Amino acid sequence: MLRNNRLVNIGFQLVALLLALGFTTLILWAAGAPPLEAYKNIVLGSLSSFKKFSDVLVSWVPLILVSAGLLVTFAAGLWNIGVEGQITLGAIATTWALRLLQDSSLPPALILFLAILAGMAGGALWAALAGALKTFGGVNEIFGGLGLNFVATALTIYFIFGPWKRPGVASMSGTEPFPDALHLALFPDLRLSPWALVIAIASIIVVYFLLQGTYFGLRLKAVGRNFRAAYLLGIPTWQYMMLSFMICGALAGIAGAMQVTAVYYRLIPSISSGYGYLGLMVAMLVNYQAVWAAPIALFFSALNIGSIQLPIVLKLDSSLAGVLQGMLVLFVLIMEGVRQRLAQRS
Amino acid sequence: MKVELRDIHKHFGKVHANAGINLEIPSGTIQGILGENGAGKSTLMKILSGFIRADSGEILLDGKPVVISSPADAIKHGIGMLHQDPLDFPPMRVLDNFMLGHGGGLFLNHSAVSREFRELAERLEFAIDPEAYVDSLTVGERQQLEIMRLLWLGARVLILDEPTTGISATQKEKLFLTLMNKLAIQGMTILYVSHKLEDVEILSDSIAVFRQGKLVGEQKRPFDTDKLVEMMFGKNISAGARLDMAQEECVLSLSHVSIEDARLKIADVNLEVRAGEVIGIAGMEGSGQGLFLRSCAGLVRPVAGHVELLGHNLTGKSYHRYKRNGVEFLPAARLEEALVPGLSLTDHFVLAEEPKGVFINREAGVRLAQERIAAYNIKGTPVSTVESLSGGNQQRALLSLLRSPLSLVLIEHPTRGLDIESVIYIWSKLKERCKQGASIIFISSDLDEILQYSDRVLVFFSGKVSPPLDASKTNVEQLGQLIGGKGWDEISPSRGNHA
Amino acid sequence: MDSTLIIIGLASVLVAAAPVVFAVIGETLSERAGVINLSMNGTILLSAMGGFGVAVRTESLFLGFLTGALIGAAVALIVAFSSITLKQSQVAVGFVLALVCRDLSYFLGNPFMGLAGPRLPAWSIPVLQDIPVLGTLFFRHDLMTYLSFIVIFVAWVWIFRTRPGLMLQGIGERPAAAYVRGANVDLMRYVYTVLGGAIIGLAGPTYSLSVKAGWKGTISGLDGIGWIALAITIFGGWNPLRAAFGAYLFAFLQWLGLVLQPSLPNIPSQVLQVAPFPLMILTLLLVNIGNAEWVDRTLAGLPEPTRRFFARTFRTLRASPPAALGVPFERD
Repeated sequence: MLRNNRLVNIGFQLVALLLALGFTTLILWAAGAPPLEAYKNIVLGSLSSFKKFSDVLVSWVPLILVSAGLLVTFAAGLWNIGVEGQITLGAIATTWALRLLQDSSLPPALILFLAILAGMAGGALWAALAGALKTFGGVNEIFGGLGLNFVATALTIYFIFGPWKRPGVASMSGTEPFPDALHLALFPDLRLSPWALVIAIASIIVVYFLLQGTYFGLRLKAVGRNFRAAYLLGIPTWQYMMLSFMICGALAGIAGAMQVTAVYYRLIPSISSGYGYLGLMVAMLVNYQAVWAAPIALFFSALNIGSIQLPIVLKLDSSLAGVLQGMLVLFVLIMEGVRQRLAQRS
Repeated sequence: MKVELRDIHKHFGKVHANAGINLEIPSGTIQGILGENGAGKSTLMKILSGFIRADSGEILLDGKPVVISSPADAIKHGIGMLHQDPLDFPPMRVLDNFMLGHGGGLFLNHSAVSREFRELAERLEFAIDPEAYVDSLTVGERQQLEIMRLLWLGARVLILDEPTTGISATQKEKLFLTLMNKLAIQGMTILYVSHKLEDVEILSDSIAVFRQGKLVGEQKRPFDTDKLVEMMFGKNISAGARLDMAQEECVLSLSHVSIEDARLKIADVNLEVRAGEVIGIAGMEGSGQGLFLRSCAGLVRPVAGHVELLGHNLTGKSYHRYKRNGVEFLPAARLEEALVPGLSLTDHFVLAEEPKGVFINREAGVRLAQERIAAYNIKGTPVSTVESLSGGNQQRALLSLLRSPLSLVLIEHPTRGLDIESVIYIWSKLKERCKQGASIIFISSDLDEILQYSDRVLVFFSGKVSPPLDASKTNVEQLGQLIGGKGWDEISPSRGNHA
Repeated sequence: MDSTLIIIGLASVLVAAAPVVFAVIGETLSERAGVINLSMNGTILLSAMGGFGVAVRTESLFLGFLTGALIGAAVALIVAFSSITLKQSQVAVGFVLALVCRDLSYFLGNPFMGLAGPRLPAWSIPVLQDIPVLGTLFFRHDLMTYLSFIVIFVAWVWIFRTRPGLMLQGIGERPAAAYVRGANVDLMRYVYTVLGGAIIGLAGPTYSLSVKAGWKGTISGLDGIGWIALAITIFGGWNPLRAAFGAYLFAFLQWLGLVLQPSLPNIPSQVLQVAPFPLMILTLLLVNIGNAEWVDRTLAGLPEPTRRFFARTFRTLRASPPAALGVPFERD
């Protein structure tokens, strides 16, 4: 019976995948583009060389960090849409720490370490703000989070054009880049930092075990699934909610720190690059289970990197990746609804 | 309008909620519908008011068979229902509530409706401000509003479902006068559903008694109260052998405790519960016993008074403080409030224990689950999710989650909806806890259960609390009367709630 | 600054707010029925692109606006179907749609990037336009701005002054009670979600064919408007007049930001433009804090007169959403 159920589930997800692909193909066809050619370009653009695949991993790092964090908030039944802002605040705090320490006599490695810690703290505090609004103020985390996202973006712009503006003229290109010594080391000839990769892999493994094997994870799930019962079982419910916000914020903060120390080497206006929202989709698609987060995030990153080719080769917009990703999540949700409805009827 | 119900059947799964009900109610009379929770009276009223369809049977209005497919359909046929919790819109104005659902042109004509509202209110001698917001009204006033609305829609049959729960004595009097002197007299047929004997006796021209899905008897005025009680609760009442395990030590002590919520006030309760003692609480739903039980657990904060547990002052402390002192609260809504859907039995056992370190020892958890599943005879496996268990097994699981040692267990309806086997089993487990020195306070609507398992009994009636009655010296008849608000003078010493 | 400039500025605020007005009124209708249409941000972008594209191809402004409304209705239909019929989370579906529609607009809009397209002409109302001050403020705009005024008014009248509107309030507040009063709850939810979606869909072409004419993809400056509108809907307490006030306040603050820019050289304009958000969070906090459990617990511990005072204050401030917002209706 259980096996049968699992097979049926996989069947429904396959249908969802086919529908998503079908719909995207339809869109391509409507845009007058050759669908097969487009898909081929995406695959080639992300997997055809080791260098390209390493670029996929560069984008995978922040995505998996954010997804890992979101798995924690989803476990607690929270829609932490404010994760974009938490990435941004991580980046701001990292930049702040780097600016503060770059002229000091501390060794660069220590400065980087402290800057990443600062990013973590920045993200966690921004998340705590959304959490406090939710737990003590009754403000739904979706709207509190959205508002804080806009505020975070405004803060970035304020710093870029205000106190941290480039000598001469401030511009949308961001703050003055940091010296090479304050960059996270990269693999030779690649844009990928081994440090970032290690941190990202560690984060998803930690979250996996946190949710699967610890008292904390189990209690968090209880809070997310039945708040009242969790309280009666003796779990300090609001403390757990706050903690889950802060863990997610800390991981998002690290993602922001990585963007500053390993990708852009400065603070730019759109430093979060939509990774927060994409992470939400990854978490939804894996149905909030950590095991699948890594491969799905990799798939999403591959779509992102692969579609960079599209404007050059086929004169198509690279947002096709987002269309395919979104369609996939949408159809998975819809097929899940169909499955539940059929199950209820029989 | 004359209402006839012929051979109505309704099944919910295995439960035969209505088994061949025949009832005839002449025009202009008040029909009392009496019975315990789950006796099938609500099901019948839902069928008559269009909420659910009967599996078979016929409804005749003034001799003509009708098909009632929705509540809106019912009101078109002239049948209106007043629900226990009035189905109105609290944040909206009285007049808007009044108009909502009434036919007419596109635009609302406030002034004309307001005029009609005032006329109707005057006729019924209700004093409700049409411009007030409904959430500022008392439950009694909201009922009055609903009655007005249903009359305005042309109702000629009015069904009232437990209308006196949560309204004051004066409002009840007012309601009764309206029903008798304003409505019935003008030809309105009234079905009055309640398990309050006293109310039904005052009001009704005729009383139909329900038990276990059947209409077990009907009486016309004058009523024989003892006979009604007997029909309501069944004949064979066995007190059973009670083991007195109560010890000298006082576990819980309440002094001058007052509790309040939006609907009820319970004033000045004094109670001492000894170790190993079982206290049963009887009363109609919503008489304050739920609030009382929750305040014994620290879930509701008393507005006044002093609570001591094993000599510690816990007044105003949180449930988690109580829990650390060995108090456990088991709510009636097991799946909504006590268990976590989607998590397995093993998960629940792990959650209920004090964490040992950071990581869960899965094997130990499964072992623990297997032990408890065997010990509590739960039909399920360690990986079963709680929502996949039957009600009886959920309750067993809940009991198996209780920690040791315990000082006080507070239970809402420990055996509601369970089969006999489970009932006996659950009580044997609870009695074991008593032997170990835990006290139990439980709420039940089953008077037999209360008499059988309690040492002392408290009866609640709209916020009033009886003194503790020795369970061996009372009986179903007395409890039944007290629940219905009768016979309080004989037991009450005088002032306050000196339980 | 002299008064003529201020009046012209305020008139431009009314124009700039028109699309936001469509968005908040559409959302208000949908949420009044109990369905959160979280897709708004994507819907506005997609309808802006679609409306512009169709208007360019067909050279018909009317077809452009119609396309916008149809796109909005179609997206809302997906939200309605997933949440009402399939009982999936409105938040999840709406959120994904917000992202998909945004990306879809950038993808499909690629060929229209930077094209010169038709633009809705201003249409001053004879006679009325000559009224001093008021003429400039209200009567020298284009049709969509006038329509935005009308939509506010009609929505308000509909919700609070008509029989079906009263039922709409009931459906969002307590569907079981509305059902007893004869409402087909699910059908009505479909109708209002789709209708609200169509109105939200008008916001897009109002940008791309009027307020910010043209389609410039990611630099159109439209991304984020939908999220803002969603917040304004809450600020508006599900009342069209209050919601519209929120939209105008928002547009006014943005305009003020632009005007004050020269005198505040240290603060970038983008910062001033988000000034409404901390304000919004604060507002949400004020209207919600009375619902928090710790407040209740703390209140219970206070002496009686103080307790009554705080309880009453919180109750007055509280702006409650339709009680059944986001909750599927089950008949039993």
